Amino acid sequence: MMEKSYREYKEEIAAGGAPKYHEKNAAQGKLFVRDRLKRLFDDDVFVEDGAFANIMAGDLPADGVVTGIGKINGRTVCVMANDSTIKAGSWGKRTVEKIIRIQETAEKLEVPMLYLVDSAGARITDQIEMFPGRRGAGRIFYNQVKLSGRIPQICLLFGPSAAGGAYIPAFCDIVVMVQGNASMYLGSPRMAEKVIGEKVDLETMGGAKMHCSVSGCGDVLAKTEEEAIDYARRYLTYFPQNFRTKPDVAESKLPQSFDDTLEDIIPKNQNAAFNMYHLIDRVIDEGSFCEIKKLFAKELITGLARIDGQPVGILANQPKSKGGVLFHDSADKAAKFINLCDAFHIPLIFLSDVPGFMIGTQVEKLGIIRHGAKMIFAMSEATVPKLSVIVRKAYGAGLYAMAGPAFEPDACIALTTAQIAVMGPEAAINAVYANKIEAMPEDERADFIAQKTAEYKEEIDVYRLASELVIDDVIEPNELRQSLVQRLAAYKTKNVSFTERKHGVNPV
Amino acid sequence: MIKAEMAGTVWKVLVKEGDTVEEGQEVMILESMKMEIPVEAEEAGVVKRVVVNEGDFIDVDADLVEIE
Repeated sequence: MMEKSYREYKEEIAAGGAPKYHEKNAAQGKLFVRDRLKRLFDDDVFVEDGAFANIMAGDLPADGVVTGIGKINGRTVCVMANDSTIKAGSWGKRTVEKIIRIQETAEKLEVPMLYLVDSAGARITDQIEMFPGRRGAGRIFYNQVKLSGRIPQICLLFGPSAAGGAYIPAFCDIVVMVQGNASMYLGSPRMAEKVIGEKVDLETMGGAKMHCSVSGCGDVLAKTEEEAIDYARRYLTYFPQNFRTKPDVAESKLPQSFDDTLEDIIPKNQNAAFNMYHLIDRVIDEGSFCEIKKLFAKELITGLARIDGQPVGILANQPKSKGGVLFHDSADKAAKFINLCDAFHIPLIFLSDVPGFMIGTQVEKLGIIRHGAKMIFAMSEATVPKLSVIVRKAYGAGLYAMAGPAFEPDACIALTTAQIAVMGPEAAINAVYANKIEAMPEDERADFIAQKTAEYKEEIDVYRLASELVIDDVIEPNELRQSLVQRLAAYKTKNVSFTERKHGVNPV
Repeated sequence: MIKAEMAGTVWKVLVKEGDTVEEGQEVMILESMKMEIPVEAEEAGVVKRVVVNEGDFIDVDADLVEIE
């Protein structure tokens, strides 16, 4: 056999797999792994390790994964990126070792770790070397868990993430999926048909849209790979490099300007629908909203934003979707988002307009109580500045879950449009006087209900609650932005730890 | 087919058979948890059938309005 020169080896590595696989990828709108990295990093600055992995095999350059260190927005990050032109991005012994090593580098440098996934899974022929051992694929997930909360971990899913590989996204802080190409599944449709007899296509079973809107395994649905990469670059600007530091404060911007103010858009009728995005737009710096899980559990909006340049995490009930009622999925969504922000010193702002948690047989069977407990657990444990804003109603356990006064928010502020109660007036009158109303002559009922409703509203009047020191301030809707700016500045030096223990027994 | 996102009661039906609807247009208002829950058309089209009547109890995932 003729020996290859250094240049020939380098060319092989740079080229990746056979031309036909490049063509196949291009036809699907997929970029070559090295082009993905070019777009991800600033000015193509990239230090690669293990490029020569498995070079002697002849057809497995870099062993199907590129690992290294580059810069995003001037800040160092570590990356692993599957090359799907090489055996469909599958994992061999050296692939796994390279991924483990770059994770260890990220741990030592305390910098964010990005996973650019496009892989068919394990090479079953190599299983003894890459599956069960101390430095087998299991170690990748162990490392991810250990790194969680220490450094940001981001997954960009460009293709399949199959079987065990599907746990890479599961342990990341955020998962961006490219519509049409990205998928996550434990068993392929072919396996599902063989083993359980189900006939289903990949998109329905584990496609990007399904995971971003139904299962909640995906956080962001991107139309193209470029959009996914740009999202990751932008997302990172809200985060510090690691848990030891605070996120950078950007230049302050005014909110987008509108003809109608918050005063104009918040409906007086507590039961009427209202679009919470319109409130958020009037409070945050223009163009700063970076939403997470936009398509999943829409009754609760979660997203990163800036107020006066300061990164914040916003949780807001959305009355326009499912009445803003909290469900099992919205509680899960909230719990993960709160953990994310708290881990990286991003203050939390709760915007409440919530009739409570959903009731009924269906949600009880789904375990709404234990899911709700997750949200309340995470919110209680969060020690970042925590602001509770009562926009309109905050009823029942909805008040608790949205960082109500008992959960140690730094302040609970009510807009003049707020209403805090165990339940809304109509439900309360019915609960207390149902028998009495039943026994009454029909023509007297309306007057009685009207009188009791008026009394009830007086009882839960927002100024009465302020007078009793239940809430810390009452402000007009148009003062909200200014109040948040001042309070975020005031709470900057907050430094508390929640309690002393090994760890809580988290509800799941 | 537009389906119910949550259990509740049909409060107001805003369209009838043959109506043209825009994407995002409200076609129905449900009442649940004492809240008005607007139901929107996911895409533009023509109302083929209104499956439910005002006052009906509907469970989650129940068919509401068929658009084509």
